[in-house]
Amino acid sequence: MEFRRNGEHLEITDLDPFLAELLRQIPTSINTQDAPAAHARLFSMPAPASEKEVCAEWKLYVEPELRRLFASAAERVADDLQQLNGCAKSLANCALRIPCEHADAWLNALNQARLAIAAKFDFTESELCDHYRSPIGSRRDLSLFQVNFYGFLQEFILREINPGA
Amino acid sequence: MRVPREGRKTVSEATWEVAIPWPNQPLAVRAAVEAPRPTEETRTEDAIDLPWQVVVHNDPVNLMTYVSMVFQRVFGFPKEKAEKHMMEVHQQGRSIVWSGMRERGELYVQQLHGHLLLATLERTN
Repeated sequence: MEFRRNGEHLEITDLDPFLAELLRQIPTSINTQDAPAAHARLFSMPAPASEKEVCAEWKLYVEPELRRLFASAAERVADDLQQLNGCAKSLANCALRIPCEHADAWLNALNQARLAIAAKFDFTESELCDHYRSPIGSRRDLSLFQVNFYGFLQEFILREINPGA
Repeated sequence: MRVPREGRKTVSEATWEVAIPWPNQPLAVRAAVEAPRPTEETRTEDAIDLPWQVVVHNDPVNLMTYVSMVFQRVFGFPKEKAEKHMMEVHQQGRSIVWSGMRERGELYVQQLHGHLLLATLERTN
């Protein structure tokens, strides 16, 4: 697998079917229905619980806006991922081109997915730092790999869109 | 986010209204007849508000580079300052990234949540 910036696009080439499948799972990973821990993390409270007025107004006015923002990022990423459905052979390596103007949506959606998965599985900090654990073994190991793979992709996007940052 | 309410205007923003007993009189005459009176004189909650602070909390999932980028974007921090706060979050569990009046603080917290950082608005002790 190779990452590079090509003009106004970020390109991931030579993407093997396993990693392509993990990318396809970004939109579904974001779904927090039936996952209260993930929902609580994506829509965390804006103030200590004692600040009842701040929290109540937030629920009423801000949370719907955040919901729209997150959904819009996820939709944009889902649209870009349609390219992966065009691979001629199911087991062939493929490529993904992300317009640079979609970079913020990708950073947001990848972050939503990472946070939601980590909350669903309640990963510890030491697990999250274990970048060498094999994804094969259990659903938990696979999900940990997924979180780290998405993080790797985030780092690539950040590096390419903010070279000096 | 709080929605501005009518009762939260400052004294200087309070609207002044001229009573118009005879609608057909020239405006200058009408103004001379009755002095303007303020419609409301309530001081705002914000005018006497104590400062609030925006606190960012540690989160083992968010990448350090991402957090630093968000600080630069939201607060316009230079890279060094953004990294200093990011390291504070990482090592001490939290960092106060801004303090001031409540409404601005709420806006910052909203932006930080939009980037999925764990941030809260707290009263300054």
